[in-house]
Amino acid sequence: MPRHPPHRQQSSPLGPRLRSRSYPRYRLQPNHPTDDPHGIAASTLDGLLYGCGDAVIGINPATDSVAAVETLLRLLDELIHRYEIPTQSCILAHVTTALQCMARGAPVDLVFQSVAGTETANKSFGISLALLGEARVAALALKRGTVGDNCMYFETGQGSCLSAGAHHGLDQQTCEARAYAVARAFKPLLVNTVVGFIGPEYLYDGKQIIRAGLEDHFCGKLLGLPMGVDVCYTNHAEADQDDMDTLLTLLGVAGCNFIMGIPGADDIMLGYQSTSFHDSHYLRQVLGLKPAPEFEAWLEKMRIATDGRRLMPVDARHALLANSTG
Amino acid sequence: MHTKRRAYAIKTRVTMSAVPAPASALSADSAPAAPDPWTHLRRFTAARIALGRTGGSQRTETVLDFRLAHARARDAVHAVFNPGALAGQLAAAGLPSLTLATGVLDRTTYLLRPDLGRRLDPDSREKLASLAALADYIPPDLVIIISDGLAAQAAELHATSTVLPLVGALRAAAWRLAPIIVVPLARVKLQDEIGAALGARFSLMLLGERPGLGTPDSLGAYFTAAPRPDRTDADRNCVSNIRPEGLPPAQAAAKLAWLLLESARTGRSGVALKDDQPNPALPA
Repeated sequence: MPRHPPHRQQSSPLGPRLRSRSYPRYRLQPNHPTDDPHGIAASTLDGLLYGCGDAVIGINPATDSVAAVETLLRLLDELIHRYEIPTQSCILAHVTTALQCMARGAPVDLVFQSVAGTETANKSFGISLALLGEARVAALALKRGTVGDNCMYFETGQGSCLSAGAHHGLDQQTCEARAYAVARAFKPLLVNTVVGFIGPEYLYDGKQIIRAGLEDHFCGKLLGLPMGVDVCYTNHAEADQDDMDTLLTLLGVAGCNFIMGIPGADDIMLGYQSTSFHDSHYLRQVLGLKPAPEFEAWLEKMRIATDGRRLMPVDARHALLANSTG
Repeated sequence: MHTKRRAYAIKTRVTMSAVPAPASALSADSAPAAPDPWTHLRRFTAARIALGRTGGSQRTETVLDFRLAHARARDAVHAVFNPGALAGQLAAAGLPSLTLATGVLDRTTYLLRPDLGRRLDPDSREKLASLAALADYIPPDLVIIISDGLAAQAAELHATSTVLPLVGALRAAAWRLAPIIVVPLARVKLQDEIGAALGARFSLMLLGERPGLGTPDSLGAYFTAAPRPDRTDADRNCVSNIRPEGLPPAQAAAKLAWLLLESARTGRSGVALKDDQPNPALPA
């Protein structure tokens, strides 16, 4: 029997809602440097208690081990089902790892892959269009979504072609827009430009990162993609959290589809800084934005937030913390 | 001038007060300026969880902690690497090394010109060529390369303690090793040129990763089979976060030895080679 997880049913049709202007959603990103399930669960609870996770709960695994990825898939699947969270999970491993996980029967909601804007750069990522198509077919065959067929999550970022020596003389933004065309061919649920992650070799300072973030958002909109932005920078770039506050605000005003929520904006696995769970409240309060409706209802039901943006006091007896002491 | 500024300030204030308070963030839901009641979860992760909040925003203490950590990470990026000291460490551990150079002379150029960090300078290229041209030269199974990359501390603190057990494990499998190459200001791809020049079966690069907040000394390891200039990142395998609080050097060495031996056994590397070594740290 095909499974009909409540989280996909309640939140579908996902594609159109993610494209709505009324709110940016948040990817809850609970990474851990050694993929420790307890550490990942702790950061996930933190994010949920701060009202984040309505786009996806997405983990960047530290290794490309099929067994470790499967462990994390089952961890998130159990959490989502136990608390009936209207969201989906994704482990951002290589597409070939996701294929192996699916072959082993692991609960894959979304297949992830980094994509670039030239064939040569995609080859350096170890992918081809045919491989992406194969993975999409495999994910659809799991029938984990009940409505809609958006089961892919792609990440991009200006400079990836140049970094792989695969830009053929094209500028970074053109290569990036071509990557969106790759993504669009596979009906993604989420596409995310990790704008400042690549480093100062490609986007030197805060000003360049802000410009590129807006360019990517614009091109994503033009192509009709469910486009989010990882508002971020590395420690070798000439940028700081003030620059991220600026880009976050600009993207909120511009109707960005989703952004990242990371404990304290500090990703301890990938070693870069992005936006925090707190930032989601800044944006919601200042711009009068709300979480996705079904997620807002869940936050209300769980007594985490009222009116979609006002956090409620949470004490140690909260349902999400009940099993967390062990 | 002064008067004008004050007038602007007053005007701004009036305008602000005319706007209804946004969601009255500081009244009904205002929380005490203390950490959240799930600080016990911090023992599972170094992530910045249970930070507490003021309204929906971070507390001053949280913001200041973050800024201090960022300043320290910036210092780590710009720290100067001492290749001579590393060569000394390796010699003391009984490991001969050879120090080479890329075309990069300083940190700013390194950040702006990744292409230069992927190539040896002409003198270094000549040195390797003459080494490989010796009459009794036998191509090695593996060449290990160490660079500061983006964190000099990582190479200085953890490279030797990673390399030593790795060399032991591979020698036990009868692998022949080239002298260790120390090369400041290198990029990962330099492993292709060095590996090809020496005719090595495998090329392994250990270099400082981009520092995160609170992780100024994280070492990354990348290897490729049959190194040559047209290798891409899809042909590489990576073990990252090598440091005592992350993946400890001895464990990293064991993982790298397993991956290298597995790659040699199966003929696979890069994305085709999965890290399926049983890991006791992860429940099945």
